[in-house]
Order: sequence, then C-alpha cells, then structure tokens
Amino acid sequence: MRKKTIRWAFWILGLCSLLLVTTLFALCTGSVGMSLKKILRVIFEGKGSIEYSILFDIRLPRIVLGFTIGGALSLAGVILQGMFRNPLVEPYTLGISGGAALGVSLNIVLGLNSTLGILSLPISGFLGAVLVILLVYSLSLRKGILKIQGLLLTGVMISFISSSLIMLIMAISRTEDLHGIVFWIMGSLEEPNWLLIKVAVLVSISILIISYLFSLDLNALSLGEEEAQHLGINIEKTKRLLFVLASALTGLSVSVCGIIGFVGLVVPHFVRMFVGTDHRILLIGSYLLGAAFLIFCDTLARTIISPLELPVGVITGILGGSLFVYAMTKRQVLLGGR
Amino acid sequence: MLEKIRDLTCGYDSGFLLQDINFEVKHKELIGIIGPNGSGKTTLLRAITRLLRPKKGEIFFEGKDIWQIPLKEFFKKIAVVTQNPPVNSMSVEEFVLLGRIPHYKRFQFFETREDLEVSRRCMALTNTLRLKDKSINQLSGGERQLVSIARALTQDPKLLLLDEPTAHLDITHQVGILDLIKRLNKEFGLTVIMVLHDLNLASEYCDRLLLLNNGKMHKTGTPQEVLTYQVIEEIYNTIVIVKENPVSLKPYIFLVPEEERQKGITGRRGIEY
Repeated sequence: MRKKTIRWAFWILGLCSLLLVTTLFALCTGSVGMSLKKILRVIFEGKGSIEYSILFDIRLPRIVLGFTIGGALSLAGVILQGMFRNPLVEPYTLGISGGAALGVSLNIVLGLNSTLGILSLPISGFLGAVLVILLVYSLSLRKGILKIQGLLLTGVMISFISSSLIMLIMAISRTEDLHGIVFWIMGSLEEPNWLLIKVAVLVSISILIISYLFSLDLNALSLGEEEAQHLGINIEKTKRLLFVLASALTGLSVSVCGIIGFVGLVVPHFVRMFVGTDHRILLIGSYLLGAAFLIFCDTLARTIISPLELPVGVITGILGGSLFVYAMTKRQVLLGGR
Repeated sequence: MLEKIRDLTCGYDSGFLLQDINFEVKHKELIGIIGPNGSGKTTLLRAITRLLRPKKGEIFFEGKDIWQIPLKEFFKKIAVVTQNPPVNSMSVEEFVLLGRIPHYKRFQFFETREDLEVSRRCMALTNTLRLKDKSINQLSGGERQLVSIARALTQDPKLLLLDEPTAHLDITHQVGILDLIKRLNKEFGLTVIMVLHDLNLASEYCDRLLLLNNGKMHKTGTPQEVLTYQVIEEIYNTIVIVKENPVSLKPYIFLVPEEERQKGITGRRGIEY
C-alpha cells in the first residue's frame, strides 16, 4: 500500500510537470514568438514594453482561465460520472449549459448587454444555469430522495428544450445578434476581466478541496447507492452535495467561457485508464490533466490559423476525441474500465 | 440480546407490507430467514439495515433504536452482503478495503497499517488473498461472493447480514460459503442473519429459522420445529416429504413430482420425534 502512495505521488508530480511545460509552451507561443530567455528578460525589465503586456495582459489571463476551467470541467466530469456510475455523463448532460446558453441568448437578443455592460453576459449565463439546476433538482426529488436516474433524464430533456429555444431565438434574431450568440456558444477563453478570472480560480480551487473530502464517499458510491449506505455513508446528503458542487463548477465554466465540450468527458477517462478508479487520485489527477489539456488546446486554437482564432471547443473535440479513441484501441479497455 | 424487532410494520408505496414482526436475535446465533418468493424476506433485511423506515414499531440493536444510532457507528457493527454484489473494475484489495470506510476518522483519507492488516486477515480467512490483485470483473460468481464477505468482515462487525449468499452458485460454492459462515459464527462468535431460499441449506446450517409468508411471521424456531411437512405444504402449496439427514439428523425436504403424486404416496411423510 505504501507502493500505492508512491505511485500516486509520482502521477501527481508527472501531471504537475506536464502542466508546467504546457504553461511555458503557451507563454512562448503566439503571433509574437518568444523564447524562455526572452520571457525572463521581459519580466526583469518590468512594465512598459509591448512584450510585457502581451505576456501579462493577453497570454497569462488565458492560461489562468484555461487552468481554472479545464480543471473545473474535468472535476465536474469525475464527480458526475462517479455519482451516476455512468461513464458517459459529462458536465453538460444535466442541461446546465443549455440553461446558461439560453440566458446569454436572451440577454443578447434583448440588448441587455449594451445597457447593463459586458459583465451582464456571464451573469445572465449564470442565472440561466442556476435556474436549470433548481428545475432539474426539484423535478428529481421524490419524497426527499434524489432520484439519480430521474436527474439524468430530466437533465437531458431540459438540454433539448433549451437548445430548441435557442434555435427559436436565433431564427428570429438580427444578424449581428446571431453572430454574438454563435460566438458565445462556441466558447472561448478570451476574458479581459481579471476580477472574473480571480473569482473563477477561487471557486474552482475551493470546490476541488471540498470534493476531495468526499473522495472516499465517491469510492463507496461506485458500488451503488445501497452498498454505499451499508458502508455508513449518508447517501442523500452526499448526492445532494456532489450535485451542487458539479453544478457550481459547470455553471461557473459555462458562464465565464461559454460551452467548451469534451474536456469533462474525455479527461476523466484518460486519467482512469492510467491511475485506476480510486477517487483519491482521480479527482486531483483529472483536475491537473484537464487544466493542462485546455491550456494546450487554447494555445493551438489561437495559433493554428493566426491571426484568426479557432473556437477552442473545436480543438478539444477533435484532439480529445481522436486521442481517446486511439488510447482505447491501444489499451483494449472498456469505457469506465481501466 | 443483540437485536430486537418489536411490532415492526414497514413496506413500499407499491403496497407490499411487512406486518407485525416480533423477533429477537441473541448473541452468537445463526438465524435463517426463509419463505416463498415475495414473502418479505429481503424487505425485512432492508428494514434491519436502515434502507427502509418502519411505518410502525421499532428495531433495537444493542438496546438502542437503530434510527437513533449515527450511521457510521451503526455500520461499524453491522455488515451487509447484498444479493447481487456490485461488479466493477476495482482490484479485490481496493474493494475489500472499502469495508474500512466506517472506521475512518474524519479527514482521514488513507488507510492505516491497521486497516491493511484487518483487510489482509479477512481476505486470508475467506481464502481470497490469492485474488487480491485481480479485478472484480474477472472473478467468478463464487469468488465474487467470497470477496463480498471479506469486505463485510473487514468492517469488523458484530452482526453479519446476508441476502441469499448461495444464489446462483454450484454446490461446491454453496457448501463452501455456508461452511465459512458457520465457522465465523462458531469460532469468532459472529452473529449472523441470512436470507436463504434453499430450505435444505437453511435446515443444515441455521440454529433458528424465521418463516415469513405474505409479509407476516408464520413460524419461528429450530429447523426441526419449522420445517415439518405440514408447515411447508401450507406455505409453499407443494407436496413434500421430510426425512432426517442421516449424518446431521437435520430435517431434509424431498420434493414429489406430479407423476409420483398421482400414483399416491404411501408411508410416513414426516419425522416422528
């Protein structure tokens, strides 16, 4: 068992180095290429130069946000997959993204963002997400018991309803609004507001810590609800709390960055393939890998057809999907297996 | 007295009701719950393990109402082996170690040396130590059942509850598992309540039987008292003959096919005591 702890420490160390390398790569890469040496020099010379503001005003915020959101989405994926014991669940399955997108679309179409300021976009996204969370939650509650399968079905249905409503809005909206909606739905790590980024970092890291307190409960839940209760776990309380944590992570990600698909589905699977099903390593491992993955994808998204920018969701989908299929055929594993 | 069930009535929204159960379990007893399909055996077990709240009556464990005991404390003393042990890709050792969860202290994330020793000992006891690095989904049905028992033992319980531990197993594993349970009961003083479908196995292994029918207690007592041909015919609506097992002297139930029934049954059908 000491062996296990060492193995885990090794994985965490490895993933941290991967994250560091990716971060440095993202700092160096862009329309203005910079070597590591040059970056050091720019930092020493201090504020004032163009390079300095490229590093600290353009690249660093995106990296920090990529770290936060990549980690948050993967963490939400692990929590939900563990809670539902279903490897195909991802953060957006519960309809939260649909709600957020609907909120933002309404905001754009009604022209609220021009009167209330640009910060009203994430806020309306968050309100939409919260509304859907409350709806899904209350519809799945039967006599004080949270029905897991009901949660899933209601979530999927609400996803459909909100995407239909968004299409309706798009069909009747003006061209420039249409562009705004599509752009937002595609997702991007472009976020000029440092305060919002800081809030996102704070929330995402604190939820990582809280969810870690439930890693053993998640392990027990992988046996099924009744078995988990037989191990002395208060499943109703745990399910509720996990649902709220996952929803908060998803709502946060969607309202700040729009919809960035696939991270929450693929990253947990990857980590599970290599480190096993124990949530004590799975939670941290997924957070770190998700962070590195999203920073990397975002760097590609902003450089591949520079000066134009690809939606980062395109990269996460193509890259994540093909890597995953490759790894699966190589290792002959089943979904959710190791 | 370890466990006491008083005037218990509980059930589901679907309408099934377990009514007026009164039963006591002494320390170190091996109790079998028997009865036809749908008689409420599993429901009773669910009530004892706090998956089902009583509509009326109480269940006491060591003198305390089970619903007043903190969940973790409760499952330090009671362990359950369910009918369909879960299947996943965990290793056997990880799976067995989950049984230590009720014993973990707050903010304890990693198993201590003691946890590891207990789990090793329980795996050795159930003869599953050799499987410890295999994954659960590679095991056979019998091995899976043994591993589930190992996990339950790792909880270090006073009372072990099993729901049909021998279902879908061949006779080697049936006897192997029940021998193990008997040994745990005799040598380690573990109190056991198990639901059994097979009346002959129940007769061979249990000290005392609780016969349920239509959600009510029909009869309780030693196998000799409960398993008479009159009782079985009344409850199960099947013609049977009850004889003594020549070795253990416990009642053994023989079925009579229709063809033989039509020829007429002559001779004694039960045991004279």
